[in-house]
Amino acid sequence: MAKMTLQELRKLRDTKKSEIQKRVVDDKDTQIIVGMGTCGIAAGAKEVLDAFLKELDEHNLNSVVVTQTGCMGLCYVEPTVEVISPGMPSVIYGKVDVEVAKTIVKEHIMGNKLVTDHVFDRPSADILKDGGK
Amino acid sequence: MSYRNYILVCGGTACESSKATEIYEALVNEIKHQNLTEEVQVIKTGCFGFCEQGPIVKILPEDSFYVQVTPADAKELVEEHIVKGREVKRLLYNKDKSKKHAKVEDIEFYQKQFRIVLRNCGFIDPENIDEYIAREGYAALEKVLFEMTPDQVIDELRTAGLRGRGGAGFPTWMKWNFTKQANGECKYVVCNADEGDPGAYMDRSTLEGDPHSVLEAMTIAGRTVGANQGFIYIRAEYPLAIHRLEIAMAQAREYGLLGKNILNSGFDFDIEIRLGAGAFVCGEETALLASIEGKRGMPVPRPPFPAVKGLWGMPTVINNVETWANIPVIMLKGGDWFSQIGTADSHGTKVFALTGKIRNSGLVEVPMGTTLREIIYDIGGGIANDRKFKAVQTGGPSGGVITADYLDTPIDFASLTKLGSMMGSGGMIVMDEDDCIVDVAKFYLNFSVEESCGKCSPCRIGGRTLANLLEKITKGNGELKDIEQMKEIGSAMKKASLCALGQTAPNPILSTLNYFEDEYMAHIVDKKCPAGKCKSLITYNILEDKCIGCTACARKCPVGAISGERRSVHVIDQAACIKCGACFDTCKFGAIEVR
Repeated sequence: MAKMTLQELRKLRDTKKSEIQKRVVDDKDTQIIVGMGTCGIAAGAKEVLDAFLKELDEHNLNSVVVTQTGCMGLCYVEPTVEVISPGMPSVIYGKVDVEVAKTIVKEHIMGNKLVTDHVFDRPSADILKDGGK
Repeated sequence: MSYRNYILVCGGTACESSKATEIYEALVNEIKHQNLTEEVQVIKTGCFGFCEQGPIVKILPEDSFYVQVTPADAKELVEEHIVKGREVKRLLYNKDKSKKHAKVEDIEFYQKQFRIVLRNCGFIDPENIDEYIAREGYAALEKVLFEMTPDQVIDELRTAGLRGRGGAGFPTWMKWNFTKQANGECKYVVCNADEGDPGAYMDRSTLEGDPHSVLEAMTIAGRTVGANQGFIYIRAEYPLAIHRLEIAMAQAREYGLLGKNILNSGFDFDIEIRLGAGAFVCGEETALLASIEGKRGMPVPRPPFPAVKGLWGMPTVINNVETWANIPVIMLKGGDWFSQIGTADSHGTKVFALTGKIRNSGLVEVPMGTTLREIIYDIGGGIANDRKFKAVQTGGPSGGVITADYLDTPIDFASLTKLGSMMGSGGMIVMDEDDCIVDVAKFYLNFSVEESCGKCSPCRIGGRTLANLLEKITKGNGELKDIEQMKEIGSAMKKASLCALGQTAPNPILSTLNYFEDEYMAHIVDKKCPAGKCKSLITYNILEDKCIGCTACARKCPVGAISGERRSVHVIDQAACIKCGACFDTCKFGAIEVR
């Protein structure tokens, strides 16, 4: 790149800022966890994960972190996705394809509304939390 | 461009020396092999600070903190963590063994730290200017060029109360103001990166991990005082820091952030690197300037101060790396914000290189006013091998020791000086009961004697005489009058030496004499070294009632000084013994005593 003007520098900073923001973990309050066990991957979880990343990017949602985990046990409705966001019940969505992923981002994450057709469960209690009590 | 995972590999010198580059390459290859280059970004960053557990690899967004990683682990990390989403438990940092620490915020090492100087270290790729820009990089320069007058910049620094981090703690705004007001055909800005205290590596890590922060700050200073040329004086022993600085300077020039007409503001500023040959005295500002000029690195009396008459006789602002790295943040967040951090007379944070007999050695940045106990026990994890704490040495060869009684002292410029030590540049060496205090004083003094430039006689002759006296004491030939003589020479050196090297060289002796006089007495009167370090003063003996005649010590002894039949008590031939301690370390029955 050639020498920059002030405006160009500011523009570059804004673009790069949202890119690097994805690396900051502590300001993320919403989690999308994609079940990526063998069953999940076979059912297309990988495409779903990519779809989430793309959709979040498009809507500039920087407080959401997308991670992957193993099989959630609901192999009959794979791909499964757990969504934990503030002010909303934590839920497990099943039969999530690329289109459903987009709907989840728009309705659940941005609209605070459950995508009821695809709610299959809520996350099981974590026996390891608080020392297993 | 959005990635699913980020792999941060520590690229500080400590981790580099334990194969961080190979780990980085192995990870990149493995990501390629798995066809994940579009989804996973591998970044080599600056120092994470947690050097004890290096090489370190951090994977985001899970925030998994992997320690002591080897190149062979790369395949497993990618296959398990990235592909299958399962953390590689065996590599996660895990201090208690009972509890798994997966997240950085759970690690005690980072709990009490507050990072201003090291804000980007271990987070961005220091070889990519875009990443620095993304973290508000060069925004402070923008502000200074287009929104602030030079006087406002100096006022902001005065409000911040930033004091020099190189050791002496002189208010930065005053230096800048003197230079600004001084008359000269041209003016200069200099960065002192001649870090030389034994065990200190704060400045090296800052330059390696975030070189642009120093470049930006120097440009701000240039604008403020009216200089168009900067120099970074860095020792040639820091090849990685030099390499990254060169990359950073080239990138900044390409973007028009260094050079002619920066951001079309009409302001020109450029920076050159000058390599030092590693003489400790060149960290002294007047010697450093002489060295840049191509002369022999020797100090000259001050005044005149460099701010008025510095490089080639021109007004010169000279600050240390850590001081520079604070400046962009102060300009962005304001002096008021900065002055809230720390104690009444010392604002902001301080970076320390924590080394010695400590469990978690590494690079830490804490607010001023943090106590030594918090640094050593909470951040450092206490003394290694469950030994007892004896003292902590701060300020390098110019500083002194601080004992257990003063561990709750809040650290700032004044409190450390009051204890007979000093802030110094930030080396912090922890000693346990196995360290002999006379031996420690001898180590630091010999360092100053070797590094003395020899120009003034108090330093040249006084230092040598002190070294001879200490040598005499550790050899078991000490006399009571030696202590008085050392105190006398020490105070004369403090008063009469030309520069800070000679003025502070007796500090390690005076401070240890103050706190550990009994240990000096043991060496002089009883001819004993309580810590068992001074070889002339100790003997190894085999205890008859404990020796079972296993022959282990006799087989280990490098000079064959131990004799005895199998299953009968062994004996050490004191005339042949070289006091290496191999028998002591070998014996499993505690049958060897050191006296």
